Amino acid sequence: MYDYFIFSVQEGLLYGILALGVYITFRCLDFPDLTVDGSFPLGAAVFASLVYRGFGPIESMIAAFIAGALAGLLTGVLHTFSKIPALLSGILTMTCLYSINLRIMGRPNMSLSENLGHRTVFTMLRDSFSGIPESYLRLFFLIGLIFLIKILLDLFLQTEIGLAIRATGDNETLVEAQGINPDRIKLVGISLSNALVAFSGAMFAQYQGFVDINMGIGMVVLGLASVIVGEVLLRGRIILVITLQVIIGAVVYRLATATALNYGYSIGFKPYDLKLFTGLLVIIILSFPVIKAKFRRVK
Amino acid sequence: MLQLEHIDKVFFKNTPDERWALRNLSCVVQPDEFVTIVGSNGAGKTTLLNIISGNHFPDRGRVIIEDHDVTSLPAFRRARFIGRVFQNTTQGTAASLTIEENFAIAYAKGRTRGLHLAISEHLRKIIREKLAEVGLGLENRLRDRVGLLSGGQRQALALLMATIGNPKILLLDEHTANLDPKTAEKIMNLTNLLIRDDHLTAFMITHDLGDALKYGTRTLLMDDGGIVLDISGEERKKMTINELLERFSERRHKKFANDRVLLSTETKEG
Repeated sequence: MYDYFIFSVQEGLLYGILALGVYITFRCLDFPDLTVDGSFPLGAAVFASLVYRGFGPIESMIAAFIAGALAGLLTGVLHTFSKIPALLSGILTMTCLYSINLRIMGRPNMSLSENLGHRTVFTMLRDSFSGIPESYLRLFFLIGLIFLIKILLDLFLQTEIGLAIRATGDNETLVEAQGINPDRIKLVGISLSNALVAFSGAMFAQYQGFVDINMGIGMVVLGLASVIVGEVLLRGRIILVITLQVIIGAVVYRLATATALNYGYSIGFKPYDLKLFTGLLVIIILSFPVIKAKFRRVK
Repeated sequence: MLQLEHIDKVFFKNTPDERWALRNLSCVVQPDEFVTIVGSNGAGKTTLLNIISGNHFPDRGRVIIEDHDVTSLPAFRRARFIGRVFQNTTQGTAASLTIEENFAIAYAKGRTRGLHLAISEHLRKIIREKLAEVGLGLENRLRDRVGLLSGGQRQALALLMATIGNPKILLLDEHTANLDPKTAEKIMNLTNLLIRDDHLTAFMITHDLGDALKYGTRTLLMDDGGIVLDISGEERKKMTINELLERFSERRHKKFANDRVLLSTETKEG
């Protein structure tokens, strides 16, 4: 019981990085970005293939981050330069990435194993702090990591470029009238978003010890679910609270799905029902305001 | 100074819906001139402002601001010359950002935006001073989201944001039309003050013929994509609303048709 709680929180924190990325596109830029389903495994694939080639985990994670940014850049260019609608731009990049990810890995899945001599941040961590139980060590490390990312993102979103990103999804006319090229701002935002998503993928690969070509399926919806669960829970107005609520949303969402998996068997819930569960959760939360408004009018 | 030379703007060109929004329109406006624009619906008033701002590109002709030919520059590239306030009070500000964040976006206009924090204590002081001058009590609400403000407050903010970067030209598209009369007057006074103090070349579209003559230094009457009446100086000072309407019918051999204009002049006289 306790174990599953701690593992779910760890996974939730890993997904939190992805959710922060999704928050930038969905909420700041108002750009529904489906690239995520491809850039998440891209980060994992780049990480694993570099570790296989003998690179250390830190530089491989940086490479994954950059690869994600490039994937986002492609989607951004498709949308701003070729004027392809947002959803289609993301789908196109995602589709291309499926083949690219297979190319990078050279096979549909790779395992990261100490027996094969692969090092990850988690093995490094364990070697440096041998006195602390590993599950706690991982938990503390992940909390520290996500707060570092959160603080950096908070600062970035309060810079001049950051403000422009947040204003673009809100009022593009204003952004243009204030001398900002909205296309360029979208490129920056979508790249950063997918860089975070790929980084999350690289972290996840190390955490679970393997990479699978299909590990990205449903990640957009998972990120969106985290963002809106967080919004329901905290309703933050300032950026410091909003990024916190995205992380909390990811953890709570992960706990909810883990609970569904652990105790759902009594009502016949199977692991493959998870995507349906996520989809329904998002549908319910997104529909709730409309249903509430209708209900009020009837009364 | 702004020069418009032989501007044509055609929408849906070469289709059955082809519509000429502007037809061979030329006009020179000097610094310190405050031009009010009136005309019936579809006369081309908003299209004219869009051509100046770069939101539309003309099919023919040139737009020259301060000796720079900006005809083919997109809106964000000529934004440093131009401030703009719209009729829709939600268009001039970003609702999800705070008052100070909105200001910071406007304050960085004309510069390359970088990776340093957008808001400093120095900027806060400037914002507070600017807002205190307006007298709407906003100077103590810098960290409130703009979405919480009333239409009048948002419009005042939009005006300050449009003028803070020292533009040459201010474009006002019926910016008081959605406000109650008292607030509208406040916003008009602020507008006048900003235009005078910053020596702006200003264009204001209005549907109120009284306002068109009351404010500004020059009045353009537009119809069918062109300027049919251009009055300024002594002639304008003596002009009444009725004379303006008469002059229009003389020129165009038709009545000045605009429900909103008629309505607003009737209520004034009645």
